[in-house]
Amino acid sequence: MSQLSVLYDAPGPRAVRRARIGTILAILVFVGFLAVAAKRLNDRGQFASELWSPWANPSDENFSAVWELVGKGLAATLTAATLAIVLSLVLGVLLGVGRLMLGPILRVPVVLWIELFRALPVVVTIVLVWRAFKELKIDLGPLPGDPGLWYLVIGLTLYNSVIIAEILRAGVNSLPSGQGEAALAVGLTNGQTMRAILLPQAFRVMLPALISQLVVALKDTSLAAVVSLGYLELLRRGNLISQNLDNPIQSLLIIATIFILINYALSKLAEYVERRMSRSSGDPAAAAQLEGAGA
Amino acid sequence: MSPVLDNLDLYWQGFLTSLGIIGWALVGSLLLGTLIAAFRVSPVASLRAFGSAWVTVVRNCPLTIVLFFMAFGLPEVGINVSFYTFGVIGLIIYTSAFVCEAIRSGINSVSAGQAEAARAIGLPFTKTLTQVVLPQALRATVPPLGSVQIAMFKNSAVVGAFGVGGDLWSVGRNLTSAQGYAFIPVLTGVAIGYLIITLTAGALLAVLERKVAIAR
Amino acid sequence: MRLTKFTAAFAGLVLAGSLAACGDDSSDSEPEVVTDAEFDSGTTMAKLKEAGSMTVGTKFDQPGFGLLGLEDVPEGFDVEVAKIIAGAMGIAPEDIEWKQASSDIREQVIEDGDVDMVVATYTINEERAERITFAGPYYEAGQQLMVNSDNDSIEGPEDIKDNPDMKVCSVTGSTPSEQIKEYLASDDQLVLFDIYDKCKDALGNGQVDIVTTDNVILLGYVDESDGDFKLVGEQFTEEPYGIGIAKGDVEFCEFINKTLADNEDAYVAAWEATAGEVEGTETPELPEAAPCA
Repeated sequence: MSQLSVLYDAPGPRAVRRARIGTILAILVFVGFLAVAAKRLNDRGQFASELWSPWANPSDENFSAVWELVGKGLAATLTAATLAIVLSLVLGVLLGVGRLMLGPILRVPVVLWIELFRALPVVVTIVLVWRAFKELKIDLGPLPGDPGLWYLVIGLTLYNSVIIAEILRAGVNSLPSGQGEAALAVGLTNGQTMRAILLPQAFRVMLPALISQLVVALKDTSLAAVVSLGYLELLRRGNLISQNLDNPIQSLLIIATIFILINYALSKLAEYVERRMSRSSGDPAAAAQLEGAGA
Repeated sequence: MSPVLDNLDLYWQGFLTSLGIIGWALVGSLLLGTLIAAFRVSPVASLRAFGSAWVTVVRNCPLTIVLFFMAFGLPEVGINVSFYTFGVIGLIIYTSAFVCEAIRSGINSVSAGQAEAARAIGLPFTKTLTQVVLPQALRATVPPLGSVQIAMFKNSAVVGAFGVGGDLWSVGRNLTSAQGYAFIPVLTGVAIGYLIITLTAGALLAVLERKVAIAR
Repeated sequence: MRLTKFTAAFAGLVLAGSLAACGDDSSDSEPEVVTDAEFDSGTTMAKLKEAGSMTVGTKFDQPGFGLLGLEDVPEGFDVEVAKIIAGAMGIAPEDIEWKQASSDIREQVIEDGDVDMVVATYTINEERAERITFAGPYYEAGQQLMVNSDNDSIEGPEDIKDNPDMKVCSVTGSTPSEQIKEYLASDDQLVLFDIYDKCKDALGNGQVDIVTTDNVILLGYVDESDGDFKLVGEQFTEEPYGIGIAKGDVEFCEFINKTLADNEDAYVAAWEATAGEVEGTETPELPEAAPCA
């Protein structure tokens, strides 16, 4: 923000007056829109207390059941997102280091893999994973939890790991080239240089981007609600609750708020970490640039 | 692969429908995103607040939920258009937040000295922005804006689950569930369709990036 | 208020469900759990009885038939039918694991072996019978149309062609979505969702004009709409609901048919406690089972 104020002079009395008029006008327009929307919602009975009370009124007979179900859904969503990010980190580092260190020929399959899963819609990847595991008769039974969870997690991992691999590559490339050259000059091997010199620094630069990727994964878990995986994450739970109570708008609003609050907290954390990191070496912006728009 | 070859015309139609969705959303999200970005740097406080609230809410909300609100919420406030239009609007709204952030990061990348110099020679806000800052910002904006849009191309698959019908994803679902074709070949066809779109876009973006690249 | 009646019906459902779940001895709809049944070794029944548990695929979003309630257990007619069959193998309702089997993946979950059987408003047809085996039918439904109460231009499926601007809503992979096609002026008239509930919401807010599926499903929506929706025209198809099991498991199929025939009282009680609560429904008689193949 401090930089943006460079764009215009400190406002004089007239500019202040104009800005104030602009502010009032904008607020009026906005409030007008809200009022029209609220009136129409009211006409359609969307503010009826029966629709809200299971969510808002603790003495409602369904209040505790509904929030218990939301709790289960939230746990399912967080489980899937956390597993996906942890697995993505492991696979992503392998892929990223592979792309950086393998020879020109050995690198080809890694690059193809990365480009393939970066280019596929996550929702297609998830369904492909589900069917591929079934047709290849790979039984996920021994893994804890519902198989639907694992199809979702593996699908999300395939996507997020290649993004992390690219973040890692950008992180390493953002380091001053003198770092690697100095390490090689004192006699470290390529592998030692990567492990002891480049990766530790790259990780620090990458950390904010990694946290942002957690937001992407968290949002993408809700794709389970539009493919018939049968994994009851937060959004699917919300849909099922609203079918019992016949209040889709209200239920969606609650579910959306939960998602937004969690993701907002995570992105604030990412910003905080980024600010701390930017005091040290490296260029966090380069790594953060890769952070795409997940579903 | 016969399910794909047998239904090549369906796939082609689906491909075109998906391209249509993508085209509208591309134009719409760039316009809306730029507008929101302008709000965020504007001198009017309420617009700035609106802009940052928009980005915070939309960016942190899953696309699936945004689409739910389009398809089932907008009709409740009396907006009745086709599910295709709802899908496109949802995609535009969702993507606009990322477009806004990409543009803002581009503006941030222009060093403060440029704006200071522009003001020092007497340019007002609008000229500082349009003739000095934005042209430079645009170059730095191309790579992030490109990846935001490619992400949107992929996200367009989700729109198919909201009553749109006829897009690549819906074609795949219809072939597997209603007509009983095996999933893997059908989905491979769907995947190839999206790969054509995203890989082509990626290649175009790379060319564009090289053209606007600036040495810093 | 459109909700009060629904809430009452829902409370009734919950009550019926919880009575059954608690094993209250006053309830005659409690499915009987036969502990001393004998089965030839190697049959599905013997395996399930041995395991003492089974996995059943049902819908989680079909009011009256299979709806995941707020107690996190599915409720409805299909669910009760499954409990009767499980009971005959000595499996108590609480030992059934319920899996979501939405219209588009029912054959798939049976073929994959994810479930032991599917009871999910599952119309018997030849196409599906190529991939799985159907026991039953246990219920005869028929496809019908539901419109907003103020819609006078649609009186039956034949009127759809004359109103090409009207949108018809159904569910991906369902038989109604296929069978309605011959009545449409063009494919653009058809809007498909993954569940009927979205169709109902879309009809309520004017996004679509007609919802088509089996009469019993629609009746549930008409009932809870409190006069906003109505059914029009006659049933124009026959939809025998079957129970999907692994392809070629004739013994299991015959066992299911025999179990249902032996438990007609429980069958009727199951109906009355669930889908039968909706006004305008008639208590069905168990249809004669088709030969197993």
